[in-house]
Amino acid sequence: MNPQLDKDGNLRHLLEIEGLGRDRVVQILDTAESLLPLTERAVKKLPLLRGRTVVNLFYEPSPRTRMTFELAAKRLSADVLNLDVDHSSARKGESLLDTLRNLEAMHMDMLVIRHPDSGAAHFFATHADPQVTVLNAGDGSHAHPTQALLDMFTIRQHKPDFAALTVAIVGDIAHSRVARSQIAALRLLGTGEIRVIAPHTLLPADIDRLGVKVFTDIDHGLRDADVVITLRLQRERMQGADLPGSQEYFRHYGVSSERLALASPDAIVMHPGPINRGVEIASDVADGPQSVILQQVTNGIAVRMAVMALTMGGERTAAQEPGT
Amino acid sequence: MSQGERIAITGGRLIDPHHAIDDSLDLFIDGEHICGIETPPAGFSADREIDATGLWVIPGLIELGANLPDDQPEALARHTRTAAAGGITTLCLAPDMQPCLDGPASIELVHARAQRHGCVRLVTLGALTRELAGEQLSELGALREAGCVGVSNGRQPVTDTRIMRRAMEYAASHELSVFVHARDPWLTAGGCVHEGELSTRLGLPGIPAAAETIAVARELALAELTGAQLHFCRLSTAESVDMVRRARASGLAVSADVAIHHLLLSDSDIEPFDSRYRIDPPLRSSADREALLAGLVDGVISAVCSDHRPVSRDARQQPFPAAGAGIAGLHTLLALMLGLVHEGHLTPADLVRLASTSPAQLLGLPQGQLGNGQVADLCLLDPLQPWTPCEANSAEHCALGSPFHNTPLRGRVIHTFVGGQEVYSQT
Repeated sequence: MNPQLDKDGNLRHLLEIEGLGRDRVVQILDTAESLLPLTERAVKKLPLLRGRTVVNLFYEPSPRTRMTFELAAKRLSADVLNLDVDHSSARKGESLLDTLRNLEAMHMDMLVIRHPDSGAAHFFATHADPQVTVLNAGDGSHAHPTQALLDMFTIRQHKPDFAALTVAIVGDIAHSRVARSQIAALRLLGTGEIRVIAPHTLLPADIDRLGVKVFTDIDHGLRDADVVITLRLQRERMQGADLPGSQEYFRHYGVSSERLALASPDAIVMHPGPINRGVEIASDVADGPQSVILQQVTNGIAVRMAVMALTMGGERTAAQEPGT
Repeated sequence: MSQGERIAITGGRLIDPHHAIDDSLDLFIDGEHICGIETPPAGFSADREIDATGLWVIPGLIELGANLPDDQPEALARHTRTAAAGGITTLCLAPDMQPCLDGPASIELVHARAQRHGCVRLVTLGALTRELAGEQLSELGALREAGCVGVSNGRQPVTDTRIMRRAMEYAASHELSVFVHARDPWLTAGGCVHEGELSTRLGLPGIPAAAETIAVARELALAELTGAQLHFCRLSTAESVDMVRRARASGLAVSADVAIHHLLLSDSDIEPFDSRYRIDPPLRSSADREALLAGLVDGVISAVCSDHRPVSRDARQQPFPAAGAGIAGLHTLLALMLGLVHEGHLTPADLVRLASTSPAQLLGLPQGQLGNGQVADLCLLDPLQPWTPCEANSAEHCALGSPFHNTPLRGRVIHTFVGGQEVYSQT
């Protein structure tokens, strides 16, 4: 029972990486690759989603993710509606179900949802009308599948043989939906070795059962890694019971150029953004020759276009419309 | 039903562990009381005869964990009706409801309303502290006079150890048992599933087993210090069972119960983000589940309940972490326990002991047995009748009320009697 697939096995929603299967992930990456040149042309539009309405419903502020979803939808010629909701006031007001019903009454076709509760995207997909597609733009600590897909896309551009790779993910694994989706995607693609590096306060229980090697010492964890993914450390975690302070964190878990030298010489450095310079990553690494952080942003648009096209059957629609 | 009816129940299998009976015996009721087992009293003529061939005749179940949202007549009528259909003849109400059961007025009111609008018996646990805030003791003497059968702080932990000590001492002075939900408030806060592989996979805030065992350790130490009669409600972890086992072996007056769903499900059964599995305490690991079953068999855990805690439809229809926690359980308790009998984990006598005889003893009630002269609270059931529980027969009126909805079960109540009056009949 996979709510993401319809009865014929086609992609209906994108809620998480689990359950997609390797072939579908590769299909999404291949589709994104075919769309990438478009984003560099002067006229950047395709008519695949012409006349369709995409709603970006964000219960957490995330300007970058929202912008790339918006751009992706617009480049596929969809009409886009952005709805930013203050979660703390939303809790007292309209229920999620009422919000959904109202958007359905406006005949939206696709809902891009960001919400602080794990499972919120499943919730919308479970309750939405059959013709509505739900894309998860990040739910709690659970999943951020388009981010993981754009990360796989970026890795594949540089290092296509996943079986030969050692990928190290550094930072707040416990609260990171990005890390969970990355681990799932890396496993589907047959990655040689997946490592997570963090103090125990930022590692969730039984994380090793997800098929990763656990390191609390970053110098050991980075050794000979081909891909180094740094995670954003949320401000509220920097001081308190999880960590004593951001300086101490940088000293022991920040990715500096000295530490990066322990990794493979041609290792690439990634970050989902936005960056806390001098907290999880040094400026000279973020801006250095091994960094692919800005490529991730560019790729994000193509990957989100691919997901939108595949979930809405956009290719079919385009083929049926003569003259486009 | 008319009062003062004389009823003969013939041909049934009578199961009463208190009197060590498990045999095909007739049972006779005169008015409120049982007036004969095997043979009727001299001159008895039945107004009504029930052929119980193929049925079990057992004392009515006593639900230790009835959590109702409020004391409104409609709610009392609906939940007691569901209880009767589930073979339950006494509900023990938890104090965490609206209004909080922390004074004689609210307790007398709910008793009076239950008498008037309910169809099964209702007893109450009074609040250990005022408004369950854990700061000031409730008037335990007055609560006892108002009819409370024990005291509890419900699901709100008394965080201040000194106050918990005094509360136990004061409860012991009034000979009231203290019913505790063992939980460390800080390790429980925000959690919604057992901490482990599942919580990590789904990115859901976890509640470690230690959240329970830390509190079990504290309450055991305080019981030893104060001499209070301590009962743990809804234990969920293997380590807690071991701790209670050791405490009992050392002579401490401590008992424990478990919710039926913790005996049947573990966190690996949770359908991702399905809010029917949002249960408090959370479903634990399969090793915990097995340890709870073992605790039943060796007697460390002396009672099983449904931990009935309905959640409104609106509160259910939320993303998993925001959804209300609880399970509608009155309608499925008996059939789920029969499942454990059918699978060979329990004998029929164990079922009656765990769900009726022993809860009655824990609450100091005369029920839970079928002796001559006893109040006629009993249930007749067909242990094999197949049925599928659903929204319509739960008290929650919500399809999301239980993970057991739409699961085929075997064993169903045919008649329920409270004080000799038929309060439920399948036909």
